[in-house]
Amino acid sequence: MSQLLPTEPPAAEAPVGASPAAGRTHRYVPWRSSAENQPIGTLFALPYLAFVAVVFAFPLGFAVWISLHDYFFAAPGASVDRPWVGLDNYKTALQDPAVRSAFGHVLVFLVINVPLTVVLSLVLAASLNAAIPFRTAFRTSFYLPYVTASIAIVGVWLFLFSEDGIVNKVLGPLAPDPSWLTNSHLAMPSIALFVTWKQLGFFILLYLAALQNVPKDLYEAAAVDGASKLRMFRSITIPSVRPATTLVVVLSTITGGNLFTEPYLLTGGGGPNGSSTSPVLLMYQRGIEQSKPDVAAAIGVLLVLLVMLIAGVQRLVLERK
Amino acid sequence: MKRSVRSALACLALLPVVAACGGGSGDSGGSGGASAKTGPITIWYSNNEQEVAWGKAAVDAWNTAHADQKVTGQEIPAGKSSEEVIGAAITAGNAPCLVLNTAPAAVAQFQKQGGLVPLDDFSDGVSYATARSGDLVDQYKSADGKLYQLPWKSNPVLIFYNKTIFAKAGLDPEKPALSTYDDFLATSRTLKSKGGVQAAIWPAPSSEFFQPWFDFYPLYAAATGGKQLVEDGKSTFNSPEGKGVAQFWKTMYDEGLSPREKYNGDSFAEGKAAMAIAGPWAIAAYKDKVKWGAVTVPTPTTMPADQVHTFSDAKNIAIYTACKNRQTAWEFAKFATSQEQDGKLLEMTGQMPLRKDLTTTYADYFKANPDYTSFASQAARTVEVPNLVDSTTAWQDFRDAWSQSVIFGKTPIDKAFSDVAAKIDDIAKQS
Repeated sequence: MSQLLPTEPPAAEAPVGASPAAGRTHRYVPWRSSAENQPIGTLFALPYLAFVAVVFAFPLGFAVWISLHDYFFAAPGASVDRPWVGLDNYKTALQDPAVRSAFGHVLVFLVINVPLTVVLSLVLAASLNAAIPFRTAFRTSFYLPYVTASIAIVGVWLFLFSEDGIVNKVLGPLAPDPSWLTNSHLAMPSIALFVTWKQLGFFILLYLAALQNVPKDLYEAAAVDGASKLRMFRSITIPSVRPATTLVVVLSTITGGNLFTEPYLLTGGGGPNGSSTSPVLLMYQRGIEQSKPDVAAAIGVLLVLLVMLIAGVQRLVLERK
Repeated sequence: MKRSVRSALACLALLPVVAACGGGSGDSGGSGGASAKTGPITIWYSNNEQEVAWGKAAVDAWNTAHADQKVTGQEIPAGKSSEEVIGAAITAGNAPCLVLNTAPAAVAQFQKQGGLVPLDDFSDGVSYATARSGDLVDQYKSADGKLYQLPWKSNPVLIFYNKTIFAKAGLDPEKPALSTYDDFLATSRTLKSKGGVQAAIWPAPSSEFFQPWFDFYPLYAAATGGKQLVEDGKSTFNSPEGKGVAQFWKTMYDEGLSPREKYNGDSFAEGKAAMAIAGPWAIAAYKDKVKWGAVTVPTPTTMPADQVHTFSDAKNIAIYTACKNRQTAWEFAKFATSQEQDGKLLEMTGQMPLRKDLTTTYADYFKANPDYTSFASQAARTVEVPNLVDSTTAWQDFRDAWSQSVIFGKTPIDKAFSDVAAKIDDIAKQS
């Protein structure tokens, strides 16, 4: 009960006969209690809150405002009319087959990328957490793609997966036709694999941090009971790192929602035939190339809502007892 | 809230792609008011090596004679395309006074943004442009009848071919059979089977809105004797000529003569493709790498080369409303397009000034550089992109339909063209 407000006096008008606990009318207010208990912490948090308000909350609110108006970028001082149009921009966005496809592509991406990210990063983190030779070198090698700019490593993937690339040369007659990045069925899965590989180092790091907190005596007790390594992994490791799993799932979902660079670079701006277009890529096309920031903002708001919905469902599923 | 702040925040709201929005506040927008002022100005020129050299020399020459109206020349800031950088600069209010290399396809949009000064604001604006370029100027007038761009230079696109590969394939490198669709297809098949190349010709099969300018549009201009994509407020391409061009390219893709995968590099310069479609700017790039020849783009039936049209790939000069000293900007625009500076541009970059008397004015140059003669004669028969406010959307819609039907064969050409023509008609109505 330390989070309640012990310094507050009990309610003066508690009904006669009511228990002392029932007489408390103050509700738990997290921000208030932490502000009072941790004033220095609050002080440290304030600049970040201001930063979030200025570079995230306000632009997000402004994007919503743009999406509800007939808006276009204009020179300062230019006399332009930007009337309220209600949900027209949302209607335009939702009636656009390219937008609908782009959201579908993100779902394909998430279905491949999120489970693969969770499984690979957890398994690799567990392996890298064990006493293996060259552990640091392995950790670094997994982390390296994450800290390297996409633009730098996309070239390597193009070299591997192009029509006459190394992968197709190795596969020979088994190589897909059309090739990976020009095949409308394989382009988005190829991108999902690329992103999984690129981001893996970061998620391994999250799991490694979580694994450090798993009590060693749990494993020792299980070993005494004769549990196999697989059983220990299933019954101790996976449940113990559940909060990290939630974080990995939510973060990789958000990464999927933000997908832009990879389809832009790997498949020449959403090809083949638009089958790897992402909503953010469409926002770029509509908002910047085609000067329709109002429709782009509507797509952005829809994307935020979709990602929030998916992340919410994921949390509900993963955090249920 | 100040509009400039709001505009900048609007940029911010649209994710990282607007990194180019930048800050700063320029002069207040709106045309008029600042037209008569003189003083120092800033200009942007392209970042192409040869043009930078020409731009620097032109600025130095101007500054020597105009100490009180100093011009500061800068390369256009890096971005995916000049149009995006300029659009962001207009919004942020920090556009320069003048940009060389303003794309005609973007002019209507810049005008809608309140970013451009019409040349009509200057007493000799339209008359100067007409005297230099002739009737060609009419192609560049906006829907309100005003001229927001000074026609500057064109890069009429032709078919470049690699003489060495042609010879290897047993084809005549001096008289290649490339004039009709049938000839072009037959030659391409031979090149692919005997020339040792990955592609006969390798246009970018990617989705960018401007790609039709380098596969569909030149051949369409040639097939129709010079029609624009949209004329008199209506699309023109859903026609036998337009669909003929589409069918030609579809055959190229279906037979693997043109790959469906983008080449990351210059396929022609690297010998991966036997042909390329490009303007005279490419001569400098290919000079030391390929023994090349150039011919007009193919047509459905045989047509004399001196009657074949093509896409202009022009770039023009525009004055921006953020400019305080607009009179100086206009004077510099005239200086940069003078007979002397046009001659230097031609010599240093190989690009064709949009002058009505190009070949006669610079007869000595063309005599000394016969490689450029075919481009110069072609410059008189070029087609520009239509002047639509939503030009980029129209071209993107077209490209999407092209990808679906021609490159990937998912939709029949008839249906794809019919559907996209209806979309572009709607866009044209709103312009």
